Amino acid sequence: MKYAEILHRCFRCGYCKLPGNYIDFNCPAYAAFRFETYSPGGRMWLLRAWQNQEIQPSKRFQEILFSCTACGNCVEQCALPKIKDQLLLAFTAGKEELVVSGRVPPAVRDCLTQWQKYGNPYGLARKKRTDWTAGTDVQPFSDQEYLFFPGDVGAFDSRGQEIARSVVSLLKDLGLSFGILGNQEVSDGNEANAMGEQDLFCLLAQENIAHFKKLNVKKIITLSPHGFNALKNDYPALGGVYEVFHYSQIVAAHMAKLSHRHSCPDVRVTIHDPCYLGRHNGEYQSIRNILTVLPGVEIREMDRTLQNALCCGGGGGNLYTDILGHAPESPTRDRVIEAQNTGADILAVTCPTCAIMLGEAVKSLNMDRRLQVLEISEIINSRIEPRYHHLPDE
Amino acid sequence: MEATTVYTLNFDPDVCESCETCDCLMKCQYMAFDLAEAKKEKDNINRGKDSRVLIECATCYACEAYCPANNHPFYLIVERQEEKGILPAPAPITRQQTLMMKPKGTITPMRVSPPVIDMCYFPMLTDSIKEPLYENPSIIVGSDIFCNIMWLHFARNSVIREQLPRAIDNIWHYYLRDSHVDELICFHDECYATFTHLAPAFNIPVPFKAVHVFEYISGRLDELKDIIEPVNAPVAYQRPCSNRLIPETQHWVDDIFQKIGAQRVKRTYDRDNALCCGQVLRAHQREEMADDVQNRNLEDMKAAGAVYCVFNCPACMMAMAEPVAQKGIFPIHLSDLCQSTLQGDAPKG
Amino acid sequence: MQDILKLLADIVGPQFVSDSPEEKLIYAMDPGTMPPCEPDIVVMPGSTEEVQKIVQTANTHAVPVVPLGAGLVLSGLSRPLKGGIVLDMKRMNQILEINEISRYALVEAGTSQGMLQAYLQKHFPNLKHSAPDAPPAATVAGNVSIHGSGHLSHAGGFHSDMLNGLEVVLPTGELVRIGSCATSPYWFARAPLPDLSGLFLGWAGTTGVITKLAIKLYPSYPLNDVGVFVCEDASLMPDILYRITGAQMAEDVTAWMTPKPDWAASFLHCNVNYGARTPKELLWKRNLIRASVEKYINEKTGGFLPLPSMMKNRFLEVPARQLSLFADVRKGGGFEYVGAIMPVELFPQAYDLGLDVSDSVGVNYSMGCRIIGVNHCMMFFYAYAFNRADPRDVDRAQAALEKTNRQVVDMGGIPWKAEAPAQKEIIRKMDPNMFALMGRLRSTLDPNGIMNPGNWEEG
Repeated sequence: MKYAEILHRCFRCGYCKLPGNYIDFNCPAYAAFRFETYSPGGRMWLLRAWQNQEIQPSKRFQEILFSCTACGNCVEQCALPKIKDQLLLAFTAGKEELVVSGRVPPAVRDCLTQWQKYGNPYGLARKKRTDWTAGTDVQPFSDQEYLFFPGDVGAFDSRGQEIARSVVSLLKDLGLSFGILGNQEVSDGNEANAMGEQDLFCLLAQENIAHFKKLNVKKIITLSPHGFNALKNDYPALGGVYEVFHYSQIVAAHMAKLSHRHSCPDVRVTIHDPCYLGRHNGEYQSIRNILTVLPGVEIREMDRTLQNALCCGGGGGNLYTDILGHAPESPTRDRVIEAQNTGADILAVTCPTCAIMLGEAVKSLNMDRRLQVLEISEIINSRIEPRYHHLPDE
Repeated sequence: MEATTVYTLNFDPDVCESCETCDCLMKCQYMAFDLAEAKKEKDNINRGKDSRVLIECATCYACEAYCPANNHPFYLIVERQEEKGILPAPAPITRQQTLMMKPKGTITPMRVSPPVIDMCYFPMLTDSIKEPLYENPSIIVGSDIFCNIMWLHFARNSVIREQLPRAIDNIWHYYLRDSHVDELICFHDECYATFTHLAPAFNIPVPFKAVHVFEYISGRLDELKDIIEPVNAPVAYQRPCSNRLIPETQHWVDDIFQKIGAQRVKRTYDRDNALCCGQVLRAHQREEMADDVQNRNLEDMKAAGAVYCVFNCPACMMAMAEPVAQKGIFPIHLSDLCQSTLQGDAPKG
Repeated sequence: MQDILKLLADIVGPQFVSDSPEEKLIYAMDPGTMPPCEPDIVVMPGSTEEVQKIVQTANTHAVPVVPLGAGLVLSGLSRPLKGGIVLDMKRMNQILEINEISRYALVEAGTSQGMLQAYLQKHFPNLKHSAPDAPPAATVAGNVSIHGSGHLSHAGGFHSDMLNGLEVVLPTGELVRIGSCATSPYWFARAPLPDLSGLFLGWAGTTGVITKLAIKLYPSYPLNDVGVFVCEDASLMPDILYRITGAQMAEDVTAWMTPKPDWAASFLHCNVNYGARTPKELLWKRNLIRASVEKYINEKTGGFLPLPSMMKNRFLEVPARQLSLFADVRKGGGFEYVGAIMPVELFPQAYDLGLDVSDSVGVNYSMGCRIIGVNHCMMFFYAYAFNRADPRDVDRAQAALEKTNRQVVDMGGIPWKAEAPAQKEIIRKMDPNMFALMGRLRSTLDPNGIMNPGNWEEG
């Protein structure tokens, strides 16, 4: 198994379970299941025991491995600098071993099968990938400045589709030149990669790269931070080198072009930093820059913010496999309670996965009258003048 | 068997015999004398007798500049301290510092090309050496090229004698000679002072030409004058102890400030009246004196309306950055301030 | 055991109980060198009532019960030596009350040090508790129950000295309140009642399960500083520590000695942490502390390191994250830890012992001591790093541990949080009447002998 040489170096000190300010548990799997086995340290020791043939990869073992949402809190907080950067890689390598030997939870198996068959985890036909564009005038990519990459969630999930439409409307208001790949697009593969299916990831990536090459794509705007992570960090090794942006970065840089509505109610907004923008890629500022210039917005940070943010629980494929959903506790619900405790009216997100996970948690707690989960483009769109009344380019 | 070279200090007692002013002690900022007492104490030092100067010296190096005859009064104080076993700092701290700064013997040959920037033993500062201010620099750094001048604060001329020739030799043989470079730009004021003042005083040969980084920076600012965005702010300058050994370099500071639009505030503790940063006083366990020196210095900067406190020496900056910032003044190294004027991101005070 | 599993599942819910091989493996050992001892079942109660029911069930079926906090004791005290049930208390982590005027915190037993610290910083920034140098995941109850110490121990003694009261489930299932809380709604002190808290402190969980505790809080100063005193002669340390602690200005006085980096070897450092409300007060405390050791400064045999502010952060951090780094010294994720409680005058011998053990056994060491009270005693610690993947390295660390424990006992010290073999060393030296009394008390409290059996036993 790759990274096996670091497994024994884990001290199980437990820093990985907590954020930097220690305020509460911050490993979603541990917070959900509460057994030490589900913590990063527990996972390290179990992987080692498996490699030493002290235990077998039982159903529980598989669940423990695949409960990891790849949020990166352990990497951020591990007290041992010489191994911390390899923790997630070791967990992914462990998952890979399970995938290769066919010993995965049924939900993982089904999800990976959908990816293989349909190029997306929803099991929906490729031709449905552009259904979200109905009612927009988004064009296919041909020499525009940017390729807009909605990803699986933006293309197939109903909430994700709402967000995709909201984002493209905003990008148009900013006067940006962009197009989409359309039905030729396949999954960015980030979640497949995080679930240990390296080969599948490579297949998906190479298919996308081939299309990008044919169309001479140079710059890509992603809807999802997951796609942003894959395209920016993992595609170059496969020959796909582009300037990759998350759309919030583009929007933040062009906010001056927007004209704000004169009367908007004041709102209190708290920010959820998505793992694949924040901890994985160090991008915390764009959403804050955006909210700072929007009139009538008061930012109220949660205790667990920036690099201490609690993962929504949707990463590592969990949005599709819902392994954490079987746990007795719900870190996702804890997160929205934490958001509400700031006194905020809106929980702002920049990731469709987060929007779905946190939105469902709000509903399950009957909190929707008190707290709205809104994607940042939705917040902006609600506070700017209607389309095509924006300021000209400076 | 190789003869061991003895590096004797260039001190002539006859010069002091005929001195009427005894400036080295009369101008001291940390000890008070009348002329008769000063002459007596200086005579005691020269003759190797006990003197309160050997106990009370703050090791600020200033008397090296005060002496009009360049007769090395401070280096002699350090000689006598060591001869008599007088330690300015406690023995454990002195010994630990020598162990900490010992050359590790890990230097390997490296080709370099001009400008060669000597970062002494400050690897944490190498990120500051970059374009546009430094044009395609070669950087040398490490324990094996440490200049060793700091032992003047610890009554350890013996360590200087032992380690400085080796450090010079390392610079020459591992970097400069085979690269056919004979000029070395010293980022640290102390290194320049070591090669141009201390080494000659002890007859330690230096086969290369040392250039002060401020001279280099001043030249680069001329070349890049079209892209300078002036600072347009009042600045205080913290002159370090090592600069007392090389007063001829002071004008570079004024030149640079003029080129980057920094207005050097007129204040009491500047130029020849500059105060020590205090960190060495703390090593000597003279905390209250260090507090006093630092407070006077900071109040002076504040009263003069400084927005920046510009440092020359990284050690001064480590010692003073936080108290400076607490006074609402922005601490910055001169190199970084110049760099920021070229990148349009001069920190706003 | 399947019946027991079902009974426990009925109490806590099926998702909080497990007899899976995975849990058995992880809960069989802590990060120290003690060999694994597998539990039969791991259960996680969420309330005192659930703890009572679990203990009653265990009693009925004579199944051992071992309470567990974060499992960071490193001496394996939370390994179930005779199998049975491991009671993972960490779901019970509510902070129940902070009494600002009387300066105490009432918490559930599974509350972590880090969470309490964070809670106080957010809601009561004028207050802090004494945190040990263990990682923040360590529990408050676990540390108090083993007579731990921490960053306020010079000011306040052992963490058990800072205890105001307990709620405990006895081995027979009854719930008991100890301290003022037994008669009052306030948890302000153990006095003036007969102090039964001693029945649950230092007993390695053999007398009951702590479910709640109240601990003293102390002022949290806005300004904090540290002086690091260094000398080279261990024989001077008792007097140096006596003088520094005599000033009574510091919150924490902790010495440390380490062979790496090379420049630190053979030097003895002493961190003196103090805080204040104003810069003037901070300087005043600093000067008084310095004045206390003026003799050594004047003799040039010791002095405070000239640390610039930016270099002090690692000494001001609570807990000190860098201490966990020692676990990676052998690239092996482990260090074994002997804490020896002993009088301060034994410092030179204790230091020599560490050097000798490290040299003779061939292990990397880190040593130090934390002063308890006003030099009333010290917790002298020896940490020996090991590589978990190398059985010989593990054996060496264990040999170092055993040799150190034996010699500590012979010297007149007492191993802290002693693991089972070290307990036997202590018993060997103990007043037989004390040991007999311990036995009688245990028999009375725990007639079926279910609480963490194998600990504090002869043989």
